[in-house]
Amino acid sequence: MSFQYAPAPESTAIVNIKSSNGLFINGEFTPGHGTPFKTINPATEEVLAEIAQANQEDVDAAVRAARRAYDKTWSKMPGRDRGKYLFRIARLIQERAREFAVLETMDNGKPIRESRDVDVPIAAAHFFYHAGWADKLEFAGYGTNPQPLGVAAQIIPWNFPLLMLAWKIAPALATGNTVVLKPAETTPLTALLFAEICQQADLPPGVVNILTGDGDTGRMLVEHPDVNKIAFTGSTAVGQAIQRQIAGSSKRLTLELGGKAANIVFDDAPIDQAVEGIVNGIYFNQGHVCCAGSRLLLQESIAEKTIESLKRRLQTLRLGDPLDKNTDIGAINSREQLNRIIDLTKSGEDEGAQRWSPDCVIPEKGFWFAPTVFTNVTQAHRIAREEIFGPVLSVLTFRTPDEAIEKANNTPYGLSAGIWTEKGSRILAMANKVRAGVVWANTFNRFDPASPFGGYKESGFGREGGIQGLGAYLTSEESS
Amino acid sequence: MSSLEVHPAESHKGLLSFLAGLPGVDQVGAEARAAALGTRSIKKESKIWAIDMAISMVDLTTLEGADTAGKVKAMSSKALHPDPADPSTPSVAAVCVYGDLVYAAREVVGDRIHVAAVATAFPSGRASLGVKLADTKEAVAAGADEIDMVIDRGAFLTGNFGKVFDEIVAVKQACGTAHLKVILETGELKTLDNVRKASWLAMKAGADFIKTSTGKVTPAATLPVTLVMLEAVRDYYQETNTRIGVKAAGGIKTSKDAIKYLVLVNETVGDAWLTPDLFRFGASTLLNDLLLQRQKMITGHYSGPDYVTID
Amino acid sequence: MIGNDRVGVRKTHKLFIGGAFPRSESGRTYEVINTRGEFLANIAKASRKDARDAVISARTGFNSWSKASAYNRGQVLYRIAEVMEGRKEQFINDIQDAEGTSNKKATTQTDQAIDRVVWYAGWADKYSQVLGNTNPVSGPFFNFSVPEPTGVVAAVAPQDSSLLGLISVIAPIIVSGNSVIVIASMNSPIPAITLSECLATSDVIAGNINILTGDPAEIMPSLASHLDVNALDLTGITDPELHASLEIEAAGSVKRVRSSPINPQWQVTPTLSRVRAFTEIKTVWHPMGIL
Repeated sequence: MSFQYAPAPESTAIVNIKSSNGLFINGEFTPGHGTPFKTINPATEEVLAEIAQANQEDVDAAVRAARRAYDKTWSKMPGRDRGKYLFRIARLIQERAREFAVLETMDNGKPIRESRDVDVPIAAAHFFYHAGWADKLEFAGYGTNPQPLGVAAQIIPWNFPLLMLAWKIAPALATGNTVVLKPAETTPLTALLFAEICQQADLPPGVVNILTGDGDTGRMLVEHPDVNKIAFTGSTAVGQAIQRQIAGSSKRLTLELGGKAANIVFDDAPIDQAVEGIVNGIYFNQGHVCCAGSRLLLQESIAEKTIESLKRRLQTLRLGDPLDKNTDIGAINSREQLNRIIDLTKSGEDEGAQRWSPDCVIPEKGFWFAPTVFTNVTQAHRIAREEIFGPVLSVLTFRTPDEAIEKANNTPYGLSAGIWTEKGSRILAMANKVRAGVVWANTFNRFDPASPFGGYKESGFGREGGIQGLGAYLTSEESS
Repeated sequence: MSSLEVHPAESHKGLLSFLAGLPGVDQVGAEARAAALGTRSIKKESKIWAIDMAISMVDLTTLEGADTAGKVKAMSSKALHPDPADPSTPSVAAVCVYGDLVYAAREVVGDRIHVAAVATAFPSGRASLGVKLADTKEAVAAGADEIDMVIDRGAFLTGNFGKVFDEIVAVKQACGTAHLKVILETGELKTLDNVRKASWLAMKAGADFIKTSTGKVTPAATLPVTLVMLEAVRDYYQETNTRIGVKAAGGIKTSKDAIKYLVLVNETVGDAWLTPDLFRFGASTLLNDLLLQRQKMITGHYSGPDYVTID
Repeated sequence: MIGNDRVGVRKTHKLFIGGAFPRSESGRTYEVINTRGEFLANIAKASRKDARDAVISARTGFNSWSKASAYNRGQVLYRIAEVMEGRKEQFINDIQDAEGTSNKKATTQTDQAIDRVVWYAGWADKYSQVLGNTNPVSGPFFNFSVPEPTGVVAAVAPQDSSLLGLISVIAPIIVSGNSVIVIASMNSPIPAITLSECLATSDVIAGNINILTGDPAEIMPSLASHLDVNALDLTGITDPELHASLEIEAAGSVKRVRSSPINPQWQVTPTLSRVRAFTEIKTVWHPMGIL
């Protein structure tokens, strides 16, 4: 008899999803003026709630509220007090952590283990970290009297809905800006719960406004003349469109876009931890991670053995009900994304790469994709160049460190990279040579509010988190 | 060094280069992996299954200076029938005692469960090889069918792997048909790199089991240490097709802890190792917590310390 | 001609690409006049192909310059100042001719330009201490952030302040290890050409600094859309429409774009803003094992 884990589902009794949800403007929930849409649970395809679609009128109202709050309250408030609001928010997220985690998992499809242990605690930590900055900005290296920019329009993706909200809102508020944030169309629920948190914290009305909607809402927000700053996380294509849209304006922009990170494993790596790092690098959050280690670069001398170990390890991954505390791989967030993954993996097969997945039972309902490994991949394959944003690993090999660096950097992206070796000097040399904003050496996919995150090249510009992240929301004193 | 002595580097060249070539262990990564597996939620029927499995894997142990034949006999009868009120409760795997009390244990348990004896100048291992071999032989002669030996940590830490290896080989020979568990005393080896090295060294020298600790040194068994040992066992199996057992001993006190170890076994080496033949808990107080939990799972209400036997 | 009036030797003014002084591949020149309307020189009018060649040189230059040690970069910058100091009179004359300014003002500008290079030379081994840091992450990890050069930067020097403005654009770009292709002031390019002669005789790596003369409106679009250019410095672009169209082109490869405030005050000691604009923060994590 083998050790079967009985289902251990997290109870959903803790969440209270309203069947119909409004926009959060000027501290109040108000109906939207566009045609409402529905958000579903991607693991079951059940409708969770009806969501308001913000149209131009709503965008105008939200920006107006944000501007008023900026002029009248927030920019005038001492940093010390702004900080206290952020501390309150951090505490409220902690207090309602379970609720956020369950809601995130239901709306997004990610395993509860991840929303509970990663998304929600780090989101709270972001508010806590930035709260402390609010009255210390003159020490941050942006001159003696750094000033906020004004109203920030923030557009976030569906892969880490609450965490990305925290990455955006916490630094913006700490530096004295007010925000209008648009969550992703398929994952609006935790942002709306966050709006409730703002009410519970007695945050002055208009400081945070949440507009649900689709790409059109985002576009209207970006184009709104009274917005001073745009912060976007999402695909490179949309990032480029935004960069074009705001050309000629004085709007400040930060972009956190796609990636195709190399995870480089040398023959002297701590191999068991490297295998874990490979798994965590690409199968964490179903691979819906812009910094995912989607290209595995294995030194040829250990390639075969490592692939064997990796496959053995993948057989222990548990795919299924995201609410089950033992689930490792949850649902793909949407049918659209699933189709994209299917399309790209098909191209991998067509181009001659070898496809492998562990045996796993795919649930009948919902959007699922088994963890997949492609071997015999070359740099020229689409699956080695395009961001798949799914649980799909492309394995390439190299012979020398030079070749590893060359292949790692041979991409228009430059968000992250992994390096696995026990040799200290090689780690530092590799970390120095790889053109990427975040380098994980002997670890992968670690995040912290104190640690700046962001890319080189087409992975975007600007940083989120850390002292450098503050710069995205402050004017710097410059005479030339 | 006199020219008459055999230099270990000469006689164990292959062993030394093999150990030097083992991949390193990143401690933070290993701890993170062990902690992640520790968050598995084992409920309901899987918990009942796991508790019974854990009970059947216990080496019920007493290793005190104050041990007597009476104490050992009482413990041995509990080993056979851990919960007198519920005969469906499995027996433990073995009782584990000092060599001079093996006879007392054997008197009670007969052939129904194993009797393990700690030997080789347990727990420090600081004695001559002759003394260690005599210790072993006496225990086997008294009826022990499992020998828990300690390695010479001093020799290991000075890099004298050959000496450690040779001692294990010699003790294994002295064991005859008795199974040999080799205690690495990981709390003194300190690093996970050393744990991996010592695991391989012991397996290559003929260990049937590798065991974390004597229980006399803190820390004793930990999840990361056990993880690294399981990985070594897994890799050894890949190379030799031989399954070596692992015994986590010392410091495991609760059912919750025990279940974490079973998860670790299940997801590192697979369920082929989920048998008392290949995984053991060296413990004394753990058994009672397993019994309390078992009663709770079966009756549906919480039990109390007065409802499990002391021994 | 009679008497001892010597016939002067005039200079052919060329581009500075990859450490060499080519003519424009297009064969074109344009006339530059002084503020009194008198002919000064024929200046090479760089084409899009010259810009393309400059990008190739700049990339090559970047690959070695970005590997130079901070100490070495500081010395190379300081060496530029040394060579400029030796050509001070020529710069003063050039600026007077180009800008129609007094000897005193031209002298001040030259002094400030040289001092600006010295100022940045000193930053080479310090800016990363100021812009980088270690980060106290919650977990057993050592985490640090360092600024690294962005890559190849295409810049437009200001139309006025032909030397100080120019050097104030170039120096913060290269101090961190970037390469630059800079388009000199269209109407006052001669100080830039003199500068390129200084660069050629200093220790600047070939291709690290490339100076083009010509019309930014013609050259910049191809640089803004060039996929191997990582960032734009649009300081000298004052036409808002051109500025916007260059920003649009820049989006094609997500280039970083820096613009100047209106009426930049070149004589004021800068902040690190320009250095920051052309660096990327890299953050490195490594486990810290517990003993």
